[in-house]
Amino acid sequence: MTNRTVLVLLDPATEVRTSVLELLTIARSLGRAEAVTLEAPTVEVLAQLGAYGIETVHQAELPAAVRGDERHLPAVVAAALAAAVRRTDADVVLVPTSFAAKEAAALAAHALGAGLVIDAAGVHDEDGRIVGTKRVFAGSWDTACAVTTDVAVLTVRSNAVVPQPVETAVSTEVEGFTAEVPELPVTLVSRTVKPRTSGRPSLEEAAVVVAGGRGTHGDFGPVEDLADALGAAVGASRDAVFEGWFDTYIGQTGVTVAPRVYIGAGISGAPHHRGGMQAAQVIVAVNSDPEAPIFEISDFAVVGDLADVLPQAAEVIRAHKA
Amino acid sequence: MRIVVTVKYVPDIASDRGFQDCRVVRTPAEGTINELDENAIEAALQLVEAAGEGEVVAVSVAGPDGAVALRKAFQMGAHRGVLVSDDALAGSDYFGTAAALAATVERLNADAPVDLVITGMAALDGLGSVVPTLLAAHLGWPALNLAKKVALADGAVTITREADDVTEELSARLPLVLSVADTANKPRLPNFKLIMAARTKEYETWSAADLALKPDAVGQAGARTETLSAAPRPPRDEVELVTDKGEGGKALAAFLIRNDLV
Ligand SMILES: Cc1cc2nc3c(=O)[nH]c(=O)nc-3n(C[C@H](O)[C@H](O)[C@H](O)COP(=O)(O)OP(=O)(O)OC[C@H]3O[C@@H](n4cnc5c(N)ncnc54)[C@H](O)[C@@H]3O)c2cc1C
Ligand SMILES: Nc1ncnc2c1ncn2[C@@H]1O[C@H](COP(=O)(O)O)[C@@H](O)[C@H]1O
Repeated sequence: MTNRTVLVLLDPATEVRTSVLELLTIARSLGRAEAVTLEAPTVEVLAQLGAYGIETVHQAELPAAVRGDERHLPAVVAAALAAAVRRTDADVVLVPTSFAAKEAAALAAHALGAGLVIDAAGVHDEDGRIVGTKRVFAGSWDTACAVTTDVAVLTVRSNAVVPQPVETAVSTEVEGFTAEVPELPVTLVSRTVKPRTSGRPSLEEAAVVVAGGRGTHGDFGPVEDLADALGAAVGASRDAVFEGWFDTYIGQTGVTVAPRVYIGAGISGAPHHRGGMQAAQVIVAVNSDPEAPIFEISDFAVVGDLADVLPQAAEVIRAHKA
Repeated sequence: MRIVVTVKYVPDIASDRGFQDCRVVRTPAEGTINELDENAIEAALQLVEAAGEGEVVAVSVAGPDGAVALRKAFQMGAHRGVLVSDDALAGSDYFGTAAALAATVERLNADAPVDLVITGMAALDGLGSVVPTLLAAHLGWPALNLAKKVALADGAVTITREADDVTEELSARLPLVLSVADTANKPRLPNFKLIMAARTKEYETWSAADLALKPDAVGQAGARTETLSAAPRPPRDEVELVTDKGEGGKALAAFLIRNDLV
């Protein structure tokens, strides 16, 4: 343990997602961990932060000109992060990986003259320097990147570590601070958050993912059935989404996942798709074509019709769990 | 309507990509335009066509082989190309790249006003998705990122974006930096005439000195991160392949249970 201060972004502050619990766990391994929010955390959130050893939450007080949902705009989040770093003299900022968070991380790093690592799969200390490890080129190479500036900003992928509460929960204090926000050059016309399918984990965070492709021929029933038996998230290939069969796709230009298990059904395994899932620990495929390219990167595969294979697998798993 | 489009030279994602001495290997045989920048070129051409006048300038920060990306931009219909290439730029991180692109836009802007800079949503080699944001910050311009729909009216751009389970409509006044998603449009296929013309079309090459870039802001010297190691991952074990003859689902379940994955 060093006397480093590590700030973790908590946005929104109405829930602590698994990805944030992972960041808190990493932050504790690097130094003194504290959280930054742009709104008041709920009582439940504070209790959860306490369970993870967080004594201080820095809550940004924003100028009146920033209204409603504008507090989620990357420029506003970045201004709050930069102000929090200056106020606490923090050394490291950790944010989860999402497109909006990457934007905020980049702007905060720009303002602070800080080094930036995007999509780290792990963060550690090496001879006093912060090092982010990354999986690149569709999971085929491992790289390690050291930050050479005083302040380090990193976006960290889900499933980087197993979240670990502290042995004895602490009490968490909220400290307000003033965050100056420059006049916003961008107008937020509207913002809608897609409600999460209750009972299913989110794709980015799930430990198990079942994805369907063109081979579903439009029926995602078997894919969802197996996912629910496993407690998994559901994803798709881009082609399946373009057909209108599902709403979120995995891949280089969609959501990047690195779960413990990825199961792809009726997905050929195009390079674009691989780019978003090849870092999964275990890859399973179901495909009617014995020559399907996805088999090249799979640990286990079934040559067969997904409409037969998935429901049968779901049934066995349900029986096993019961 | 004067639009700068940024195009990156990257190794083809279908090729065997790798590192040497902690740097991405870029060979002409496998180097190509970052596919996602074709969406940026398409968006720019559509806006110029709708305006009935204007110019699309393609810009790439790369080694000499980066001209490949400019050629592709010419084939699609870009009017002018600038290759920013200099040994002093080698080893640039996101900040160095953004600084070089910003200086290029500023120089073009000094000749005649630039209305828009359009970029792809990510470079497929690094998948950072941060250069557009940093470029806008350098220029002091607004950034509208990951546009799925783009509408230009009365000197302002309004975009719709869908990312991270959030749908947003955002708008800002010109000049600005716009990054377009791969879902924004379908890049056109070049026609024969443009392909022929692109072969001999000249592009300009600008150095770090041409752009008055500070040596400590770009390249290795300006980088805020250092790649300590890059190693290929060990190959996966041979796949365990089961052909379904009525028990395939059971075999799949058994594999997951056996490996403690349920
Ligand atoms: C710029 C760009 C970006 C892209 N980004 C992404 C991305 O991020 N993510 C992504 O996924 N794609 C992306 N794509 C598209 C990608 O290249 C592929 O086209 C897409 O992934 C293929 O989807 P698929 O595997 O569902 O379909 P296909 O390639 O058509 O494969 C369908 C598979 O289903 C099998 N099958 C058919 N019937 C059955 C059955 N009954 N049971 C079992 N198997 C069956 C077939 O054998 C086949 O292998 C991108 C493309 C471009 C140009
Ligand atoms: N070296 C470069 N030269 C030109 N454009 C670039 C370069 N690097 C990044 N870009 C642009 O910025 C976008 C996002 O890149 P990145 O942030 O690296 O993922 C790309 O789609 C390009 O349009």
